[in-house]
Amino acid sequence: MQSQATYNYKVVRQFAIMTVVWGIVGMLVGVIVAAQLVWPELSVHEWLSYGRLRPLHTNAVIFAFGGCALFATSYYIVQRTCHTPLFAPGLAAFTFWGWQLIIVLAAVTLPLGFTSGKEYAELEWPIDLLIAVVWVSYAIVFFGTIVKRKVSHIYVANWFLGAFILTVALLHIVNSAAIPVSLTKSYSAYAGVQDAMVQWWYGHNAVGFFLTAGFLGMMYYFVPKQADRPVYSYRLSVVHFWALIFTYMWAGPHHLHYTALPDWTQSLGMLFSLILLAPSWGGMINGIMTLSGAWHKLRTDPILKFLITSLSFYGMSTFEGPMMSVKTVNALSHYTDWTVGHVHSGALGWVAMISIGSIYFLLPRLYGKAEMYSVKLINTHFWVATIGVVLYIASMWIAGVMQGLMWRATNADGTLTYSFVESVKASYPFWTIRLVGGALFLVGMLIMFYNMVKTIAGQKAYNAPVVAPAAAHA
Amino acid sequence: MELNDFRILVTVVGFVCFVGICIWAWSKHAKAGFDEAARLPLTDDDPPVQEDRQGKEGNTNG
Repeated sequence: MQSQATYNYKVVRQFAIMTVVWGIVGMLVGVIVAAQLVWPELSVHEWLSYGRLRPLHTNAVIFAFGGCALFATSYYIVQRTCHTPLFAPGLAAFTFWGWQLIIVLAAVTLPLGFTSGKEYAELEWPIDLLIAVVWVSYAIVFFGTIVKRKVSHIYVANWFLGAFILTVALLHIVNSAAIPVSLTKSYSAYAGVQDAMVQWWYGHNAVGFFLTAGFLGMMYYFVPKQADRPVYSYRLSVVHFWALIFTYMWAGPHHLHYTALPDWTQSLGMLFSLILLAPSWGGMINGIMTLSGAWHKLRTDPILKFLITSLSFYGMSTFEGPMMSVKTVNALSHYTDWTVGHVHSGALGWVAMISIGSIYFLLPRLYGKAEMYSVKLINTHFWVATIGVVLYIASMWIAGVMQGLMWRATNADGTLTYSFVESVKASYPFWTIRLVGGALFLVGMLIMFYNMVKTIAGQKAYNAPVVAPAAAHA
Repeated sequence: MELNDFRILVTVVGFVCFVGICIWAWSKHAKAGFDEAARLPLTDDDPPVQEDRQGKEGNTNG
Protein backbone atom coordinates (compact mmCIF):
# COMPACT_ATOMS: atom_id res chain seq x y z
CA MET A 1 0.00 0.00 0.00
CA GLN A 2 1.59 3.28 -1.09
CA SER A 3 -0.01 5.34 1.62
CA GLN A 4 2.62 8.07 1.43
CA ALA A 5 2.30 8.86 -2.27
CA THR A 6 -0.43 11.25 -3.33
CA TYR A 7 -1.90 12.10 -6.70
CA ASN A 8 -0.71 15.35 -8.26
CA TYR A 9 -3.85 17.43 -7.78
CA LYS A 10 -2.07 20.77 -7.82
CA VAL A 11 -1.98 21.13 -11.58
CA VAL A 12 -5.56 19.83 -11.79
CA ARG A 13 -6.67 22.50 -9.30
CA GLN A 14 -4.90 25.25 -11.22
CA PHE A 15 -6.46 24.26 -14.53
CA ALA A 16 -9.90 23.68 -12.96
CA ILE A 17 -10.00 27.17 -11.46
CA MET A 18 -8.74 28.79 -14.65
CA THR A 19 -11.43 26.92 -16.60
CA VAL A 20 -14.07 28.94 -14.77
CA VAL A 21 -12.10 32.20 -15.01
CA TRP A 22 -11.41 31.88 -18.75
CA GLY A 23 -14.96 30.69 -19.31
CA ILE A 24 -16.23 33.98 -17.90
CA VAL A 25 -13.72 36.04 -19.91
CA GLY A 26 -14.36 34.22 -23.19
CA MET A 27 -18.12 34.28 -22.85
CA LEU A 28 -18.07 37.94 -21.82
CA VAL A 29 -16.24 38.77 -25.05
CA GLY A 30 -18.87 36.68 -26.85
CA VAL A 31 -21.65 38.71 -25.26
CA ILE A 32 -19.85 41.92 -26.27
CA VAL A 33 -19.56 40.90 -29.94
CA ALA A 34 -23.19 39.76 -29.91
CA ALA A 35 -24.13 43.21 -28.56
CA GLN A 36 -22.03 44.88 -31.27
CA LEU A 37 -24.14 43.13 -33.90
CA VAL A 38 -27.26 44.65 -32.35
CA TRP A 39 -25.68 48.05 -31.60
CA PRO A 40 -22.78 48.60 -34.04
CA GLU A 41 -21.88 51.87 -32.28
CA LEU A 42 -20.41 49.72 -29.47
CA SER A 43 -17.31 49.26 -31.63
CA VAL A 44 -15.67 52.16 -29.81
CA HIS A 45 -12.04 51.60 -30.80
CA GLU A 46 -10.23 49.52 -33.41
CA TRP A 47 -8.85 47.30 -30.62
CA LEU A 48 -12.39 46.56 -29.51
CA SER A 49 -13.93 46.27 -32.95
CA TYR A 50 -15.99 43.25 -33.96
CA GLY A 51 -13.40 41.89 -36.39
CA ARG A 52 -10.72 41.73 -33.70
CA LEU A 53 -12.84 40.68 -30.75
CA ARG A 54 -14.55 37.84 -32.58
CA PRO A 55 -11.34 35.74 -32.95
CA LEU A 56 -10.51 36.64 -29.34
CA HIS A 57 -13.90 35.18 -28.32
CA THR A 58 -13.42 31.94 -30.29
CA ASN A 59 -9.84 31.47 -29.09
CA ALA A 60 -10.77 32.23 -25.50
CA VAL A 61 -13.71 29.86 -25.29
CA ILE A 62 -12.14 27.02 -27.28
CA PHE A 63 -8.52 27.08 -26.16
CA ALA A 64 -8.63 28.93 -22.84
CA PHE A 65 -11.93 27.66 -21.37
CA GLY A 66 -12.13 24.34 -23.24
CA GLY A 67 -8.38 23.83 -23.14
CA CYS A 68 -8.08 24.35 -19.38
CA ALA A 69 -11.05 22.01 -18.83
CA LEU A 70 -9.33 19.35 -20.94
CA PHE A 71 -5.99 19.74 -19.16
CA ALA A 72 -7.66 19.59 -15.73
CA THR A 73 -9.82 16.57 -16.44
CA SER A 74 -7.24 14.62 -18.45
CA TYR A 75 -4.61 15.02 -15.73
CA TYR A 76 -7.17 13.88 -13.14
CA ILE A 77 -8.53 10.96 -15.15
CA VAL A 78 -5.18 9.60 -16.27
CA GLN A 79 -3.78 9.56 -12.72
CA ARG A 80 -6.80 7.96 -11.13
CA THR A 81 -7.47 5.32 -13.78
CA CYS A 82 -3.75 4.44 -13.99
CA HIS A 83 -3.36 4.42 -10.18
CA THR A 84 -0.18 6.45 -10.31
CA PRO A 85 0.76 10.13 -9.88
CA LEU A 86 1.53 12.18 -12.99
CA PHE A 87 4.72 11.48 -14.87
CA ALA A 88 7.14 14.46 -14.89
CA PRO A 89 5.28 16.80 -12.47
CA GLY A 90 7.67 19.65 -13.32
CA LEU A 91 6.70 19.39 -16.97
CA ALA A 92 3.04 19.30 -15.97
CA ALA A 93 3.53 22.58 -14.10
CA PHE A 94 5.22 23.97 -17.22
CA THR A 95 2.14 23.07 -19.30
CA PHE A 96 0.00 25.10 -16.91
CA TRP A 97 2.12 28.25 -16.93
CA GLY A 98 2.94 27.88 -20.63
CA TRP A 99 -0.74 27.55 -21.53
CA GLN A 100 -1.67 30.60 -19.43
CA LEU A 101 1.09 32.62 -21.12
CA ILE A 102 -0.26 31.60 -24.55
CA ILE A 103 -3.75 32.73 -23.54
CA VAL A 104 -2.47 36.10 -22.31
CA LEU A 105 -0.44 36.56 -25.51
CA ALA A 106 -3.56 35.79 -27.55
CA ALA A 107 -5.58 38.29 -25.52
CA VAL A 108 -2.98 40.97 -26.28
CA THR A 109 -2.09 40.27 -29.91
CA LEU A 110 -5.54 39.61 -31.36
CA PRO A 111 -7.08 42.98 -30.37
CA LEU A 112 -3.89 44.66 -31.63
CA GLY A 113 -4.61 43.11 -35.01
CA PHE A 114 -1.82 40.54 -35.27
CA THR A 115 -3.36 37.56 -37.03
CA SER A 116 -2.46 34.93 -39.57
CA GLY A 117 -6.07 35.00 -40.74
CA LYS A 118 -6.74 31.27 -40.37
CA GLU A 119 -9.93 30.58 -38.46
CA TYR A 120 -9.29 29.05 -35.02
CA ALA A 121 -5.55 29.30 -35.82
CA GLU A 122 -5.18 33.07 -35.90
CA LEU A 123 -2.21 33.35 -33.56
CA GLU A 124 1.06 34.43 -35.14
CA TRP A 125 4.09 32.19 -35.51
CA PRO A 126 6.01 32.91 -32.27
CA ILE A 127 2.90 31.96 -30.26
CA ASP A 128 2.37 28.94 -32.53
CA LEU A 129 5.86 27.73 -31.66
CA LEU A 130 5.12 28.11 -27.96
CA ILE A 131 1.88 26.15 -28.40
CA ALA A 132 3.83 23.34 -30.08
CA VAL A 133 6.32 23.18 -27.18
CA VAL A 134 3.60 23.18 -24.51
CA TRP A 135 1.59 20.59 -26.41
CA VAL A 136 4.51 18.20 -26.81
CA SER A 137 5.16 18.57 -23.05
CA TYR A 138 1.49 17.75 -22.43
CA ALA A 139 1.86 14.61 -24.55
CA ILE A 140 4.99 13.56 -22.61
CA VAL A 141 3.21 14.00 -19.25
CA PHE A 142 0.05 12.20 -20.40
CA PHE A 143 1.63 9.26 -22.20
CA GLY A 144 4.39 8.99 -19.58
CA THR A 145 1.66 8.51 -16.98
CA ILE A 146 0.01 5.86 -19.15
CA VAL A 147 3.33 4.04 -19.48
CA LYS A 148 3.89 3.88 -15.71
CA ARG A 149 0.31 2.76 -14.96
CA LYS A 150 -0.24 0.13 -12.28
CA VAL A 151 -3.14 -1.62 -14.07
CA SER A 152 -3.04 -3.63 -17.28
CA HIS A 153 -5.96 -1.92 -19.03
CA ILE A 154 -5.86 1.57 -20.48
CA TYR A 155 -9.36 2.84 -19.68
CA VAL A 156 -11.34 4.02 -22.71
CA ALA A 157 -11.40 7.65 -21.52
CA ASN A 158 -7.62 7.67 -21.83
CA TRP A 159 -7.84 6.40 -25.40
CA PHE A 160 -10.01 9.37 -26.34
CA LEU A 161 -7.81 11.83 -24.44
CA GLY A 162 -4.65 10.34 -25.97
CA ALA A 163 -6.11 10.58 -29.48
CA PHE A 164 -7.08 14.19 -28.80
CA ILE A 165 -3.55 15.09 -27.67
CA LEU A 166 -1.79 13.34 -30.56
CA THR A 167 -4.13 14.62 -33.26
CA VAL A 168 -4.13 18.21 -32.07
CA ALA A 169 -0.30 18.16 -32.16
CA LEU A 170 -0.41 16.92 -35.75
CA LEU A 171 -3.12 19.39 -36.83
CA HIS A 172 -1.48 22.38 -35.18
CA ILE A 173 1.99 21.73 -36.55
CA VAL A 174 0.84 21.05 -40.13
CA ASN A 175 -1.67 23.91 -40.38
CA SER A 176 0.57 26.46 -38.70
CA ALA A 177 3.47 25.90 -41.11
CA ALA A 178 4.27 29.42 -42.30
CA ILE A 179 7.00 31.68 -43.64
CA PRO A 180 7.69 34.46 -41.13
CA VAL A 181 8.49 37.85 -42.61
CA SER A 182 8.77 39.65 -39.26
CA LEU A 183 8.18 38.91 -35.61
CA THR A 184 4.49 39.63 -35.96
CA LYS A 185 3.68 38.63 -39.53
CA SER A 186 3.87 35.37 -41.45
CA TYR A 187 2.35 33.82 -44.54
CA SER A 188 0.98 30.31 -44.84
CA ALA A 189 3.30 27.68 -46.31
CA TYR A 190 0.43 26.61 -48.58
CA ALA A 191 -1.23 28.49 -51.40
CA GLY A 192 -4.67 28.76 -52.97
CA VAL A 193 -7.16 25.94 -52.60
CA GLN A 194 -4.56 23.69 -50.95
CA ASP A 195 -4.25 26.29 -48.22
CA ALA A 196 -8.03 26.32 -47.82
CA MET A 197 -8.15 22.52 -47.66
CA VAL A 198 -5.31 22.30 -45.11
CA GLN A 199 -7.07 24.99 -43.06
CA TRP A 200 -10.37 23.09 -42.98
CA TRP A 201 -8.71 19.75 -42.50
CA TYR A 202 -7.34 21.47 -39.41
CA GLY A 203 -10.56 23.32 -38.63
CA HIS A 204 -12.88 20.36 -38.79
CA ASN A 205 -10.53 18.05 -36.94
CA ALA A 206 -10.11 20.70 -34.28
CA VAL A 207 -13.87 20.21 -33.83
CA GLY A 208 -13.47 16.43 -34.08
CA PHE A 209 -10.53 15.96 -31.78
CA PHE A 210 -10.23 19.06 -29.60
CA LEU A 211 -13.95 19.66 -29.11
CA THR A 212 -15.19 16.08 -29.42
CA ALA A 213 -12.66 13.33 -28.64
CA GLY A 214 -11.26 15.18 -25.62
CA PHE A 215 -14.71 15.86 -24.18
CA LEU A 216 -15.79 12.28 -24.91
CA GLY A 217 -12.88 11.31 -22.67
CA MET A 218 -14.55 13.37 -19.94
CA MET A 219 -17.87 11.74 -20.70
CA TYR A 220 -16.48 8.19 -20.39
CA TYR A 221 -15.07 8.96 -16.95
CA PHE A 222 -17.41 11.42 -15.26
CA VAL A 223 -20.76 9.98 -16.38
CA PRO A 224 -20.00 6.49 -14.97
CA LYS A 225 -18.46 8.12 -11.91
CA GLN A 226 -21.37 10.43 -11.15
CA ALA A 227 -23.98 7.78 -11.99
CA ASP A 228 -21.95 5.19 -10.03
CA ARG A 229 -22.42 2.62 -12.77
CA PRO A 230 -20.01 1.24 -15.36
CA VAL A 231 -20.39 2.51 -18.90
CA TYR A 232 -23.41 0.97 -20.70
CA SER A 233 -21.34 -0.99 -23.20
CA TYR A 234 -17.58 -1.11 -23.11
CA ARG A 235 -17.37 -2.87 -26.46
CA LEU A 236 -19.48 -0.13 -28.01
CA SER A 237 -17.03 2.40 -26.57
CA VAL A 238 -14.15 0.59 -28.30
CA VAL A 239 -15.95 0.57 -31.66
CA HIS A 240 -17.06 4.17 -31.03
CA PHE A 241 -13.43 5.18 -30.59
CA TRP A 242 -12.09 3.52 -33.72
CA ALA A 243 -15.03 4.57 -35.88
CA LEU A 244 -14.47 8.18 -34.86
CA ILE A 245 -10.72 7.91 -35.55
CA PHE A 246 -11.22 6.35 -38.97
CA THR A 247 -13.85 8.81 -40.23
CA TYR A 248 -13.31 12.27 -38.72
CA MET A 249 -10.14 13.02 -40.69
CA TRP A 250 -12.05 13.02 -43.99
CA ALA A 251 -14.92 15.35 -43.15
CA GLY A 252 -13.13 18.72 -43.52
CA PRO A 253 -14.09 19.43 -47.17
CA HIS A 254 -17.72 20.07 -46.16
CA HIS A 255 -16.53 23.52 -45.06
CA LEU A 256 -15.64 24.24 -48.69
CA HIS A 257 -18.79 23.27 -50.59
CA TYR A 258 -19.26 25.17 -53.86
CA THR A 259 -15.74 26.62 -53.75
CA ALA A 260 -12.66 26.06 -55.94
CA LEU A 261 -12.14 22.73 -54.18
CA PRO A 262 -12.61 19.83 -56.66
CA ASP A 263 -16.18 18.57 -56.70
CA TRP A 264 -15.21 14.98 -55.86
CA THR A 265 -13.41 16.20 -52.73
CA GLN A 266 -16.54 18.05 -51.64
CA SER A 267 -18.63 14.92 -52.18
CA LEU A 268 -16.12 12.82 -50.25
CA GLY A 269 -16.28 15.26 -47.35
CA MET A 270 -20.07 15.14 -47.41
CA LEU A 271 -20.14 11.33 -47.47
CA PHE A 272 -17.78 10.96 -44.53
CA SER A 273 -19.72 13.60 -42.62
CA LEU A 274 -22.87 11.52 -43.09
CA ILE A 275 -21.05 8.36 -41.97
CA LEU A 276 -19.96 10.24 -38.83
CA LEU A 277 -23.54 10.23 -37.60
CA ALA A 278 -23.14 6.55 -36.66
CA PRO A 279 -20.17 6.78 -34.26
CA SER A 280 -21.46 10.08 -32.85
CA TRP A 281 -24.83 8.64 -31.95
CA GLY A 282 -23.23 5.39 -30.79
CA GLY A 283 -21.22 7.42 -28.29
CA MET A 284 -24.18 9.51 -27.22
CA ILE A 285 -26.36 6.42 -26.67
CA ASN A 286 -23.55 4.76 -24.75
CA GLY A 287 -23.27 7.77 -22.44
CA ILE A 288 -26.97 8.27 -21.85
CA MET A 289 -27.74 4.55 -21.44
CA THR A 290 -25.10 4.38 -18.70
CA LEU A 291 -27.89 5.86 -16.61
CA SER A 292 -30.33 3.04 -17.41
CA GLY A 293 -31.73 1.76 -14.16
CA ALA A 294 -30.65 4.94 -12.38
CA TRP A 295 -32.74 7.54 -14.15
CA HIS A 296 -34.13 8.76 -10.84
CA LYS A 297 -30.73 10.25 -10.05
CA LEU A 298 -31.38 12.86 -12.76
CA ARG A 299 -34.12 14.35 -10.61
CA THR A 300 -31.90 15.17 -7.68
CA ASP A 301 -28.36 15.46 -9.03
CA PRO A 302 -27.68 18.69 -10.94
CA ILE A 303 -24.17 17.54 -11.96
CA LEU A 304 -25.74 14.55 -13.67
CA LYS A 305 -28.24 16.94 -15.29
CA PHE A 306 -25.35 18.88 -16.81
CA LEU A 307 -23.65 15.71 -18.04
CA ILE A 308 -26.73 14.09 -19.55
CA THR A 309 -28.07 17.31 -21.07
CA SER A 310 -24.68 17.85 -22.68
CA LEU A 311 -25.03 14.43 -24.32
CA SER A 312 -28.48 15.37 -25.62
CA PHE A 313 -26.99 18.48 -27.23
CA TYR A 314 -24.14 16.35 -28.56
CA GLY A 315 -26.73 14.11 -30.20
CA MET A 316 -28.60 17.09 -31.63
CA SER A 317 -25.57 18.84 -33.05
CA THR A 318 -24.07 15.65 -34.46
CA PHE A 319 -27.35 15.00 -36.25
CA GLU A 320 -27.54 18.57 -37.50
CA GLY A 321 -23.89 18.61 -38.64
CA PRO A 322 -24.14 15.72 -41.13
CA MET A 323 -27.42 17.18 -42.45
CA MET A 324 -25.75 20.55 -43.01
CA SER A 325 -22.87 18.86 -44.83
CA VAL A 326 -25.31 17.65 -47.51
CA LYS A 327 -24.53 19.94 -50.42
CA THR A 328 -28.12 20.97 -51.15
CA VAL A 329 -28.74 21.81 -47.49
CA ASN A 330 -25.41 23.58 -47.32
CA ALA A 331 -26.41 25.73 -50.29
CA LEU A 332 -29.04 27.20 -47.97
CA SER A 333 -27.23 27.15 -44.65
CA HIS A 334 -23.69 28.20 -45.52
CA TYR A 335 -22.63 31.75 -44.58
CA THR A 336 -25.85 32.21 -42.58
CA ASP A 337 -26.46 32.32 -38.82
CA TRP A 338 -27.64 28.70 -39.03
CA THR A 339 -23.93 27.77 -38.88
CA VAL A 340 -23.50 29.98 -35.83
CA GLY A 341 -26.48 28.27 -34.18
CA HIS A 342 -25.08 24.83 -35.00
CA VAL A 343 -21.67 25.68 -33.59
CA HIS A 344 -23.16 26.98 -30.35
CA SER A 345 -25.45 23.99 -29.95
CA GLY A 346 -22.20 22.01 -29.87
CA ALA A 347 -20.08 24.55 -28.02
CA LEU A 348 -22.51 25.68 -25.31
CA GLY A 349 -24.77 22.63 -25.17
CA TRP A 350 -22.16 19.90 -25.44
CA VAL A 351 -18.65 21.17 -24.75
CA ALA A 352 -19.41 23.78 -22.09
CA MET A 353 -22.04 21.74 -20.26
CA ILE A 354 -19.95 18.57 -20.00
CA SER A 355 -17.00 20.70 -18.84
CA ILE A 356 -19.11 22.50 -16.26
CA GLY A 357 -20.49 19.21 -14.93
CA SER A 358 -16.99 17.72 -14.75
CA ILE A 359 -15.52 20.76 -12.99
CA TYR A 360 -18.37 20.69 -10.44
CA PHE A 361 -17.42 17.06 -9.84
CA LEU A 362 -13.73 17.91 -9.46
CA LEU A 363 -13.68 21.10 -7.38
CA PRO A 364 -14.84 19.70 -4.04
CA ARG A 365 -12.60 16.65 -4.40
CA LEU A 366 -9.57 18.85 -5.03
CA TYR A 367 -10.21 20.57 -1.71
CA GLY A 368 -11.10 17.53 0.37
CA LYS A 369 -14.83 18.22 0.45
CA ALA A 370 -17.77 15.97 -0.30
CA GLU A 371 -19.64 18.45 -2.48
CA MET A 372 -19.83 22.03 -3.71
CA TYR A 373 -20.72 24.85 -1.31
CA SER A 374 -24.24 24.96 -2.74
CA VAL A 375 -25.80 22.12 -4.73
CA LYS A 376 -28.86 24.30 -5.15
CA LEU A 377 -26.82 26.89 -7.02
CA ILE A 378 -25.56 24.17 -9.40
CA ASN A 379 -29.20 23.50 -10.17
CA THR A 380 -29.84 27.21 -10.73
CA HIS A 381 -26.81 27.35 -13.00
CA PHE A 382 -28.15 24.38 -14.94
CA TRP A 383 -31.50 25.99 -15.67
CA VAL A 384 -30.11 29.44 -16.46
CA ALA A 385 -27.58 27.86 -18.85
CA THR A 386 -30.15 25.58 -20.50
CA ILE A 387 -32.58 28.42 -21.14
CA GLY A 388 -29.67 30.48 -22.48
CA VAL A 389 -28.62 27.79 -24.95
CA VAL A 390 -32.16 27.20 -26.18
CA LEU A 391 -32.73 30.93 -26.78
CA TYR A 392 -29.38 31.17 -28.53
CA ILE A 393 -29.72 28.27 -30.93
CA ALA A 394 -33.42 28.70 -31.69
CA SER A 395 -32.93 32.37 -32.64
CA MET A 396 -29.93 31.52 -34.82
CA TRP A 397 -31.78 28.71 -36.59
CA ILE A 398 -34.64 31.00 -37.48
CA ALA A 399 -32.34 33.86 -38.49
CA GLY A 400 -30.16 31.52 -40.55
CA VAL A 401 -32.94 29.88 -42.53
CA MET A 402 -34.52 33.30 -43.08
CA GLN A 403 -31.23 34.76 -44.35
CA GLY A 404 -30.64 31.78 -46.66
CA LEU A 405 -34.13 32.06 -48.12
CA MET A 406 -33.87 35.83 -48.58
CA TRP A 407 -30.47 35.61 -50.30
CA ARG A 408 -31.66 33.02 -52.81
CA ALA A 409 -35.08 34.57 -53.55
CA THR A 410 -35.37 35.85 -57.12
CA ASN A 411 -38.06 37.74 -59.02
CA ALA A 412 -39.63 36.44 -62.21
CA ASP A 413 -37.15 38.45 -64.28
CA GLY A 414 -34.19 36.85 -62.47
CA THR A 415 -33.22 39.80 -60.31
CA LEU A 416 -32.73 39.37 -56.56
CA THR A 417 -35.84 39.96 -54.47
CA TYR A 418 -33.95 41.33 -51.49
CA SER A 419 -30.81 43.40 -51.13
CA PHE A 420 -28.32 42.11 -48.58
CA VAL A 421 -29.04 44.90 -46.15
CA GLU A 422 -32.70 43.87 -46.01
CA SER A 423 -31.65 40.49 -44.64
CA VAL A 424 -29.49 42.29 -42.07
CA LYS A 425 -32.45 44.40 -40.99
CA ALA A 426 -34.68 41.34 -40.72
CA SER A 427 -32.06 39.64 -38.51
CA TYR A 428 -32.03 42.27 -35.75
CA PRO A 429 -34.76 40.77 -33.52
CA PHE A 430 -33.03 37.39 -33.60
CA TRP A 431 -29.64 38.89 -32.83
CA THR A 432 -31.25 40.51 -29.80
CA ILE A 433 -32.66 37.17 -28.62
CA ARG A 434 -29.24 35.62 -29.18
CA LEU A 435 -27.68 38.32 -27.03
CA VAL A 436 -30.12 37.50 -24.22
CA GLY A 437 -29.35 33.78 -24.54
CA GLY A 438 -25.61 34.35 -24.47
CA ALA A 439 -25.90 36.72 -21.52
CA LEU A 440 -27.88 34.09 -19.59
CA PHE A 441 -25.17 31.54 -20.23
CA LEU A 442 -22.60 34.02 -18.93
CA VAL A 443 -24.72 34.64 -15.81
CA GLY A 444 -24.59 30.88 -15.22
CA MET A 445 -20.81 31.01 -15.28
CA LEU A 446 -20.82 33.85 -12.75
CA ILE A 447 -23.00 31.72 -10.47
CA MET A 448 -20.45 28.95 -10.87
CA PHE A 449 -17.61 31.33 -9.99
CA TYR A 450 -19.38 32.39 -6.79
CA ASN A 451 -20.04 28.77 -5.88
CA MET A 452 -16.40 27.91 -6.58
CA VAL A 453 -15.05 30.72 -4.42
CA LYS A 454 -17.36 29.74 -1.55
CA THR A 455 -16.31 26.09 -1.91
CA ILE A 456 -12.62 26.87 -1.85
CA ALA A 457 -12.64 29.67 0.73
CA GLY A 458 -10.94 28.60 3.93
CA GLN A 459 -10.23 25.12 2.56
CA LYS A 460 -6.76 23.69 2.30
CA ALA A 461 -5.78 22.16 -1.00
CA TYR A 462 -6.10 18.40 -0.82
CA ASN A 463 -4.10 15.72 -2.62
CA ALA A 464 -5.72 12.31 -2.40
CA PRO A 465 -3.48 9.34 -1.60
CA VAL A 466 -2.68 7.04 -4.50
CA VAL A 467 -5.06 4.08 -4.45
CA ALA A 468 -3.63 0.61 -4.97
CA PRO A 469 -5.36 -1.08 -7.90
CA ALA A 470 -8.07 -3.63 -7.10
CA ALA A 471 -6.67 -7.14 -7.16
CA ALA A 472 -8.41 -8.02 -10.42
CA HIS A 473 -6.66 -5.23 -12.29
CA ALA A 474 -3.09 -5.61 -11.06
CA MET B 1 3.24 0.83 -57.55
CA GLU B 2 1.48 3.92 -58.75
CA LEU B 3 0.58 6.50 -56.08
CA ASN B 4 -3.14 5.95 -56.57
CA ASP B 5 -2.73 2.20 -56.01
CA PHE B 6 -1.06 3.01 -52.73
CA ARG B 7 -3.93 5.32 -51.76
CA ILE B 8 -6.45 2.59 -52.58
CA LEU B 9 -4.43 0.09 -50.58
CA VAL B 10 -4.31 2.34 -47.50
CA THR B 11 -8.07 2.92 -47.67
CA VAL B 12 -8.83 -0.81 -48.04
CA VAL B 13 -6.41 -1.78 -45.27
CA GLY B 14 -7.99 0.89 -43.03
CA PHE B 15 -11.45 -0.51 -43.67
CA VAL B 16 -10.36 -4.10 -43.10
CA CYS B 17 -8.74 -3.06 -39.82
CA PHE B 18 -11.95 -1.42 -38.69
CA VAL B 19 -14.03 -4.51 -39.53
CA GLY B 20 -11.43 -6.58 -37.68
CA ILE B 21 -11.73 -4.35 -34.62
CA CYS B 22 -15.54 -4.73 -34.67
CA ILE B 23 -15.31 -8.53 -34.88
CA TRP B 24 -12.75 -8.57 -32.06
CA ALA B 25 -14.86 -6.23 -29.91
CA TRP B 26 -17.88 -8.51 -30.19
CA SER B 27 -15.95 -11.74 -29.67
CA LYS B 28 -16.31 -13.68 -26.42
CA HIS B 29 -12.56 -13.40 -26.17
CA ALA B 30 -12.62 -9.69 -25.35
CA LYS B 31 -15.59 -9.79 -22.98
CA ALA B 32 -13.81 -10.49 -19.69
CA GLY B 33 -11.18 -7.82 -20.27
CA PHE B 34 -13.84 -5.27 -21.21
CA ASP B 35 -15.89 -5.99 -18.09
CA GLU B 36 -12.81 -5.52 -15.99
CA ALA B 37 -11.78 -2.31 -17.77
CA ALA B 38 -15.30 -0.90 -17.50
CA ARG B 39 -15.05 -1.04 -13.71
CA LEU B 40 -11.81 0.97 -13.61
CA PRO B 41 -13.36 4.35 -12.81
CA LEU B 42 -15.55 2.77 -10.13
CA THR B 43 -12.85 0.76 -8.37
CA ASP B 44 -10.48 3.65 -7.90
CA ASP B 45 -11.91 4.14 -4.42
CA ASP B 46 -12.96 7.74 -4.38
CA PRO B 47 -15.35 7.96 -1.42
CA PRO B 48 -16.92 11.30 -0.58
CA VAL B 49 -14.31 13.01 1.51
CA GLN B 50 -15.29 14.00 5.02
CA GLU B 51 -14.80 17.62 5.97
CA ASP B 52 -12.66 16.64 8.93
CA ARG B 53 -10.55 14.21 6.93
CA GLN B 54 -8.46 16.80 5.23
CA GLY B 55 -5.05 17.16 6.72
CA LYS B 56 -5.09 13.66 8.15
CA GLU B 57 -4.70 11.86 4.89
CA GLY B 58 -2.66 13.00 1.99
CA ASN B 59 -0.63 16.14 2.08
CA THR B 60 -2.29 19.48 2.10
CA ASN B 61 0.36 21.81 0.86
CA GLY B 62 -0.37 21.42 -2.82
